[in-house]
Amino acid sequence: MISFEGILKKYGKETVLKNVAASLPTEKIIAFIGGNGAGKSTLLGIISRLLDPNAGSVCIDGRMINQWNCRELAKHLTILGQSPNSAARITVEELVSFGRFPHTNGTLSEEDMKIVGEALDMTGMQPFKNRFIDELSGGQRQMAYIAMAIAQDTKYILLDEPLNNLDMSRSAGIMKILRRLVKEKSKTVMIVIHDINFVSFYADYIVALKDGELRYMGDADSIIRPEILSDIFSTDISVEKFGDRKICIYY
Amino acid sequence: MILKISQAILLVFLSGLSVFIGVAEISPLDLLDLSSEQAQIMLSSRLPRLFSILVAGSSLAVSGLIMQRITRNRFVSPTTAGTMEWCRLGVMVSILLLPQAPSLLRVVCAFVVSFCGTMLFLAIVNRIRNAGIILVPLVGIMLGGVVNALSTFFAYRYDIIQNMASWLQGNFSLVIAGNYELIYIGIPLMAAAYIFADRFTIAGMGKNTASALGLRYSAVLYTGLAIVAVVSSVSVVAVGNIPFVGLIVPNVVSLYRGDSVKRVLWDTAWLGALLVLVCDIAGRIAIYPFELPIGIVLSIIGSAVFLILITNSKKSYA
Repeated sequence: MISFEGILKKYGKETVLKNVAASLPTEKIIAFIGGNGAGKSTLLGIISRLLDPNAGSVCIDGRMINQWNCRELAKHLTILGQSPNSAARITVEELVSFGRFPHTNGTLSEEDMKIVGEALDMTGMQPFKNRFIDELSGGQRQMAYIAMAIAQDTKYILLDEPLNNLDMSRSAGIMKILRRLVKEKSKTVMIVIHDINFVSFYADYIVALKDGELRYMGDADSIIRPEILSDIFSTDISVEKFGDRKICIYY
Repeated sequence: MILKISQAILLVFLSGLSVFIGVAEISPLDLLDLSSEQAQIMLSSRLPRLFSILVAGSSLAVSGLIMQRITRNRFVSPTTAGTMEWCRLGVMVSILLLPQAPSLLRVVCAFVVSFCGTMLFLAIVNRIRNAGIILVPLVGIMLGGVVNALSTFFAYRYDIIQNMASWLQGNFSLVIAGNYELIYIGIPLMAAAYIFADRFTIAGMGKNTASALGLRYSAVLYTGLAIVAVVSSVSVVAVGNIPFVGLIVPNVVSLYRGDSVKRVLWDTAWLGALLVLVCDIAGRIAIYPFELPIGIVLSIIGSAVFLILITNSKKSYA
């Protein structure tokens, strides 16, 4: 389980997170929502030890984050940053194989190769495995990085706006993969998303931030409500039934 | 495999060629029955020269590769980051303080100065907002120029400018048995580069990706810089400044093999050795029986390739 308390983060004089605390459930898709600058990405960065908070602590599976060995933590938790643009010319297969790095130190066993193969299959990247990542389209490259995160086989998978700049079918494809990871492999996926309807359709649990504060938190059904969403995004949002789902309208 | 064998054959062939070029006539047929004078020339001059070329070329190319990966910039190399200039400053300091210092002490001095100097370069680059991919090596070249001016100033001041000149320009004609063996330190360092290859590749994907994969980015950075600084230092002390190898070779190999350090290491080392060997042979033949220093030959070829790389950089390097 991941929990954190008293998280304070400042960039210069500006406070981006104020005294944020929560205990997050496991084996769910947890969506972090909020307007631009609400502090979602910063919070994800702090949970994944990419950023140091000015105050507060993060606890992962009963151990404080700074007591984790780097390598050990990478077997439990991984993060995929916003548009991880790498200038390196490496092939898709090499990239995905690096997901096994924390487990192996570089030499892949047959078992590792199998896991890499599964990750390539799951993301549909098998046909592209010998292509250099700088020759792929933006969507394919994003898929390749997600395949790497899958191959890393961590309990917690954190994704910072993985749907940025992707078309609808690709976005839905990624969300379906994340669903499968939660259902079939009991992973916990934490994801920053801007499109509220993707959240409504795929997320189990929602953490809503506004102006650096954690405003609402709970099952998706309890958060996808017009009054709550309108407050978080400071704009009128209505919620309509769509089959057994909810759809948000805000144009 | 066939590729590797043909690469090796080419290198061996050119190595053979290199051994039989020189003022003293030795032909391959003489190998069967070497006179003692010929054997002397072979063992004390021709072969040491060949070995130092091969090791210097390959280890400098590999250190260029490491540097490009850990800085994530294709234009950064020991030549364009000022590392070579810092080495020279280190050598000068050691000569000033201890004129009779053994070579090993000079290497240590050059290593300490070049390691710190290259760290300074990285710190400066990190401070520049939006440092473009071209701006970074320019900063390095300027910094190198300043360091060079400093070295030259003190060299004039203390009247060791002639002594220093031999470190300004790489020259394999001065290599004789007994004064070049330090260069072999490059071999275990290339082995180390192979062991750390995946780490360098991962560090090249950025700090965040590296730490998501459980790597301590700064540790990889320091390891890489240490390898680069040692290789540069031993080659400056043993054979002088060999420019551009670390810049050109990794870029050429990257074009057809990509950037995975493990996958390109062999090709990079091979091409580095080949490039220096070819330039050395060219320098020895061009104005026979005199020689062009390798530094000049490489500078001509290197600056031309550097310009081509920069002008073509929009598509594949930006």
